[in-house]
Amino acid sequence: MSDAILDIEGLHKNFGGVVATENVNLSVERGEIHAIIGPNGAGKTTLIAQLSGQLRPNSGSIRFEGRDITTLSMASRARAGLARSFQITSVILPMTLLENVMLAVQGTSGHSFGFWSPVREDGKMTDAAMESLTRVGLDNRADQLAGSVSHGEQRQLEVAITLAMNPRLLLLDEPMAGMGKEETGHMVEILKALKGDKSILLVEHDMDAVFNMADRLSVLVNGHIIATDTVENIRNNAEVQRAYLGDEHA
Amino acid sequence: MDWNLLITQLMNGLQLGLLLFLLASGLTLIFGIMDFINLSHGSFYMVGAYFCGTIVAKTGSFVLGILFGLVGVFIVGALVEWFIARKLYRSDHLDHVLVTFGLILIFDTLVHMIWGASGMAIPLPDVLNGQVSIGTLVLPTYRLLIIAAGLGVAAFLYVLVTRTRLGMLIRAGASNRTMVEALGVNINRLFLIVFAIGASMAGLAGMLIAPITEASIGMGNDIIIIAFVVVIVGGIGSVKGAFYAGLIIGLIDTLSRSYLDDVLALSIPIEYAETAAPAISAMMVYILMAVVLAFRPQGLFPPAGAR
Amino acid sequence: MQLLSTRRGLFYTALLVFLAIAPWVFQWIDQPFYLDLLSRALILGIAAVSLNLILGYGGMVSLGHAAYIGIGAYCVGIPAYYDFYSGWLHIGLALSVSAVFALITGAICLRTKGVYFIMITMAFSQMVYYTFLSLEEYGADDGLVIYLRSEFPTWLSMDGAFSLYYWILGVLLLSLYFVHRLIHARFGRVIVGAKFNELRLQSLGVNTYRYRLTCYVISAMICSLAGVLLGNFTSFISPEMMGWTRSGELIFMVIMGGVSTVLGPLLGTISFVLLEEWLAAITVYWHLIFGVLLVVLVLYGKGGLDGLLGLMDRGKKSS
Ligand SMILES: Nc1ncnc2c1ncn2[C@@H]1O[C@H](COP(=O)(O)OP(=O)(O)OP(=O)(O)O)[C@@H](O)[C@H]1O
Ligand SMILES: [Mg+2]
Repeated sequence: MSDAILDIEGLHKNFGGVVATENVNLSVERGEIHAIIGPNGAGKTTLIAQLSGQLRPNSGSIRFEGRDITTLSMASRARAGLARSFQITSVILPMTLLENVMLAVQGTSGHSFGFWSPVREDGKMTDAAMESLTRVGLDNRADQLAGSVSHGEQRQLEVAITLAMNPRLLLLDEPMAGMGKEETGHMVEILKALKGDKSILLVEHDMDAVFNMADRLSVLVNGHIIATDTVENIRNNAEVQRAYLGDEHA
Repeated sequence: MDWNLLITQLMNGLQLGLLLFLLASGLTLIFGIMDFINLSHGSFYMVGAYFCGTIVAKTGSFVLGILFGLVGVFIVGALVEWFIARKLYRSDHLDHVLVTFGLILIFDTLVHMIWGASGMAIPLPDVLNGQVSIGTLVLPTYRLLIIAAGLGVAAFLYVLVTRTRLGMLIRAGASNRTMVEALGVNINRLFLIVFAIGASMAGLAGMLIAPITEASIGMGNDIIIIAFVVVIVGGIGSVKGAFYAGLIIGLIDTLSRSYLDDVLALSIPIEYAETAAPAISAMMVYILMAVVLAFRPQGLFPPAGAR
Repeated sequence: MQLLSTRRGLFYTALLVFLAIAPWVFQWIDQPFYLDLLSRALILGIAAVSLNLILGYGGMVSLGHAAYIGIGAYCVGIPAYYDFYSGWLHIGLALSVSAVFALITGAICLRTKGVYFIMITMAFSQMVYYTFLSLEEYGADDGLVIYLRSEFPTWLSMDGAFSLYYWILGVLLLSLYFVHRLIHARFGRVIVGAKFNELRLQSLGVNTYRYRLTCYVISAMICSLAGVLLGNFTSFISPEMMGWTRSGELIFMVIMGGVSTVLGPLLGTISFVLLEEWLAAITVYWHLIFGVLLVVLVLYGKGGLDGLLGLMDRGKKSS
């Protein structure tokens, strides 16, 4: 486990009486796609929120590239190389796709105390943003408002935004939620292409997609990780079958 | 030290505090439950005073003035909720600000049209106009009545909020709106009642103060800001917070106005103290607010389980 | 903005040309009073432009902006009371006092959101109001008379209605241009983005608090310039000019003109001042009409006057 980019130890979070994360230990290896599966309400989003800094854990620690980031703000984590996508699409609807992605480029490249030169005329930033849009296949939609494109395209935009932050670790919360078959296939290709270059922690309900691209899997049930293993082994794990896959594949 | 003066000032502070509480209790519930910012809450204070004054002029009875005044303001509050506020709960706060600012203009002008530009004095019955003396201490009867009424209403609200089903819903609504909706309560009616009761409380405050200051146009527009401060300091949605914060702020404001120069004079020359004191005491309440916000952003007594 | 290709552009171009020659026009038709009216409207326009920066673009609903008009005005009045008339001193003082006050109060306000933010900005402005109200030395509620205008080198002098008018117009145009640049630069993108989705901006690595606070301070500084000009224009200042209802009117003007458009607030203030003047001449109850207008505007008329101009363009295209 020496090559872990992310190391989570004893993470615990409760909302009043509701325990959402309980003693979670997990690590993400450099360059792998590590998927987290689990039934609705298992605490997947809550886990992502703690990793990205949106929520503070009650106890436990998070190390990113060897550095303890448990108390860092969301913005500092983003600048440190950790990008997060939202389960509920959270793009800025009244801005164009390009503007959305450019904000991501801007947020992770230097400060924003620029008061005079228009961002639109900054070739380096526009290029970087266009590159991310191209990667998810949205380059021909760059100047449309985010509010006017389809749901699937908004999901792709969400991924383009995380890519534009040029992170080393992506935390993707159900990037394929609500996508059609074709779009899902496309997204799988996009993520697979990143393998090796980026590390990815992926929350996903679509089993076929997960089995197709993940290197390792963790199963989260009621805030607990009940198993972490390779895709092959998880498929054959009886406990997992019972706790999770059983319900879905029955 | 002049003890009689101190006691008089304490009573004045208490009186201001209770008036602030009457204003703030409605405000804090409206903020807490409807997430609605009502700048025109001070208009209910003014309208209450004018209603009361009119009835007193017609009937000569202060008690009738208060009773009809309360009913009148309740109706006005309900109308405002029904025709205007209700349409805005889902829009953003800027819309609340604009519309309720517009309402202030409307109320102020309507009062001007109906009752004229000059203020309206409200005569007190003789029993209330006298003074009570305890030893060497002489206190105006009416001020004691204001204090008693304020405490009475506080007790009434306390029972209402902690002992009744309506109160249970109000408390639940202030900390968790979705939960109340999930209980299948007619949320529209709950909002209407809370709004109208809040308006009546503000109206009552106006009726109580008017015999001292007389009713005048825009009389609510200054005190409403201090009522906001009370709401913030007490914790949004908390009637209990409004009560304690009202008293604290009423006392601090009154006492600093009368004693700050003496206190300052202990450390700086008297002539500077006399210039600086009024300015500092004018700021006192806001400084308190800033301090509370810095250390307890949710206020002193946030409603239990608030987000 | 395509200045001549749309009706909206055409309208604003015509407006700007008119503003540039207005004093001569008014002199020609022998109506010096109109110049007074327009000067006042443009001063409020500067304040509205500054408010629009935080309110329209940044989504920070401040109900205390009139305090900065007051601070600016007293930064002329108080030095003048001690016979310091240097205009640079007045401007420098106004900018620095407003910046410091905005920094301190903004740091507290911006930790909060929603109704809290609105009430706290309001409370702090009321604090300034009561403070000046209690300062007997500077006239308390009787205010201060400013006997001479701020002094500048001859070519920049404010003396005379024409020079003051061009000062006002100059400051207004500079602020408009500055805000326009700002909004399209890196800083502005962050401010606008945070208005729509602050959490998203933070997840992109942006410390939104810091930028919002900076924006709040910039806005206050621009607004204090309106105060400096107002002090010079009315030559009489009093706490009344920063009561919270003034701040309410300011928001009204911004909304009436159309938020988060560069020239909307200017349109709003000019219409407000004209409407006020016209209605007040007709009836003493003109506030009622304003109040009803506000309620109707919010319930039915989104986009303000600028939006109306935009609608005309859309109508043209579809026909
Ligand atoms: N802010 C909150 N306050 C209280 N409870 C919360 C909060 N956020 C989440 N929860 C609770 O924590 C638990 C985990 O929720 P979470 O959203 O993390 O689940 P999830 O695994 O992402 O589910 P899904 O597959 O539906 O997205 C749930 O029981 C949820 O009700
Ligand atoms: Mg989830």
